[in-house]
Amino acid sequence: MRKVSRLSRFNVASLALGLAFLYLPILILVIYSFNASRLVTVWGGWSLRWYHEFFNDRAMIEAAWMSLRVAVSSATIATLLGTLSAVALSRGERFRGRTLFSGMLYAPLVMPEVITGLSLLLLFVALNAERGFWTVTIAHTTLTMCFVAVVVQSRLGSLDRSLEEAAMDLGCDPMRAFVAVTLPLIAPAIVAGWMLAFTLSLDDLVIASFTTGPGSATLPIRIYSEVRLGVKPEINAICTLVIALIAVVIVIASLASKLSSAQGESAAPL
Amino acid sequence: MAEELPGTDVAADAAGADPHPAAGQPLLRIEGVAKTFGTFRAVDGVSLDIKAGEFFALLGPSGCGKTTLLRMLAGFEAPDEGRILLGGKDIAQALPHERPINMMFQNYALFPHLSVRDNIAFGLKRAGMARAEIASRVAEMVALVKLEGLEKRKPDQLSGGQRQRVALARALARRPRLLLLDEPLAALDKKLRESTQDELMELQRRLGMTFIIVTHDQEEAMTMASRIGVMKAGKLAQVASPRELYEAPRSRWIAEFVGDINLFDGESKLRDGHRLIIGTRDAGALVVAEPREPVGAGKFSVAIRPEKVKLSRRGPVSEAGHEMAINRLDGVIADICYLGGTTTYKVKLDTGGMMQASVANSARLDVDAYSLNQHVVAWFTPDDCVVLPS
Repeated sequence: MRKVSRLSRFNVASLALGLAFLYLPILILVIYSFNASRLVTVWGGWSLRWYHEFFNDRAMIEAAWMSLRVAVSSATIATLLGTLSAVALSRGERFRGRTLFSGMLYAPLVMPEVITGLSLLLLFVALNAERGFWTVTIAHTTLTMCFVAVVVQSRLGSLDRSLEEAAMDLGCDPMRAFVAVTLPLIAPAIVAGWMLAFTLSLDDLVIASFTTGPGSATLPIRIYSEVRLGVKPEINAICTLVIALIAVVIVIASLASKLSSAQGESAAPL
Repeated sequence: MAEELPGTDVAADAAGADPHPAAGQPLLRIEGVAKTFGTFRAVDGVSLDIKAGEFFALLGPSGCGKTTLLRMLAGFEAPDEGRILLGGKDIAQALPHERPINMMFQNYALFPHLSVRDNIAFGLKRAGMARAEIASRVAEMVALVKLEGLEKRKPDQLSGGQRQRVALARALARRPRLLLLDEPLAALDKKLRESTQDELMELQRRLGMTFIIVTHDQEEAMTMASRIGVMKAGKLAQVASPRELYEAPRSRWIAEFVGDINLFDGESKLRDGHRLIIGTRDAGALVVAEPREPVGAGKFSVAIRPEKVKLSRRGPVSEAGHEMAINRLDGVIADICYLGGTTTYKVKLDTGGMMQASVANSARLDVDAYSLNQHVVAWFTPDDCVVLPS
């Protein structure tokens, strides 16, 4: 054991290199968000100026608020639908076309976002739906519910069927057995699924830009359009806040997933 | 003891069944029950009566349908044919929660998110029992299975033996009219299994409850059950007491499945009063007692348990022994297997066959022990043999 866990010089070097490759750009962004200078690339001392600027930028704040609302509502709907389909797939009777259905459920996982976005845009145009908050929410639900389904289904798959049978044996009808035994045991996976859907929705640019309408830009859209006109240090401050938010959500999600694996046999993949 | 179990019979009330079936009527009657999975007939026309207070074992190799039969009793599978009558009421199509039957699962199926106390109380809460009554019943169950002090633990903080007790307490808490146990001891090590066997038997006697246990371990079934049903390929091959099953198996397959046995195939040759003479290929002519159901001429197998075969250097010594020892076979010791309490010798018979003899090691310094290649006489009486149709 000691031999394996001891880090050789080579291992330390490769670990440092890998981490640097992943996190150096983010670290620089975070540091520069505290830059006092007006120029992005010139260091002018520490300051919270750009955070102050952001909180006074109405358009930016509105976009951030829009993103949060979309993320929370689409994650909630996706979690509901994803959990239901996971339950149907792993607990329901073997119905005709089950394989086809599960394949179709997972298709958005591998579908290029441009195609998902474009097809949704065509649908909304055909339905003559007014594009805005709800169209983006629906689009993000489409994208994220399959992720929830995958996480919840893997947890259900590792759950011993005899637990539900024991609950029924002890006086629960199938519905109560699900609520009393299955639901508490898959709850960590459901929480992890919600968090995953939330972060996916928060950082999506492609699908949102296809499906949103005038006056309801999400934060990534807003940032992207600002950057095209030239990078303001304010963007660094916003990005730092988003990174912090996502980091918190990811930590909670992995804790939930860890809790889920501690209770059962195997963890939900995250 | 029924007086140890006051209070309402929750589960029985839930099913609306008559809690006091007429005397003499079996508690459980299984009538021609069959279950098919796809094209595989897992249970094929099983009929069986089980009386109240019995400890019944369903014994069979894996895939014989015993677990499927148990799951039909619990309500997890619905039989395709036949009826299951509990106290005279057909429950074949009733859902698990509608039956006054509880089951102890092979892997225990304890709820990992609930404490020992909540696991045991689970079924009582569903039955709508009052809070105080639940608390006292749980305390009673905890004492019954000797889990005091562990009530607040979660299942993953318990040892295998403790988990087994929680599962038992949880299944007993509702005071089912029938308790089903699916391989309840399979996950325990040998020593713990033996002590748990004794405890289960003690508990069953004390509560006067009806137990049906499923096992593939014939020793376990023989030790615990008052009656054993041996299953083979979805059918009941024999239902008998452990002793009858061992000493009077109904078929060659059962004789070989339960315990060790010497089998010699042959043909019936002569009848001499209550004795039959059967000519066997590997052991020559053997004199056997006529079976209870008279047999005609034809092909038979003669079966002798290894511990019924006596060995000696020159044949039986005493006069009485001479009288009875009509079957005497000469041979040499081909293999010795020392098992502690007994030694099993394999004797290569001069007539060609092999015979196992199990000898109790009654003396610590056994100067009489046989050695390899030693000439011996294996002998046994006609009553030691069982005649089985080939």
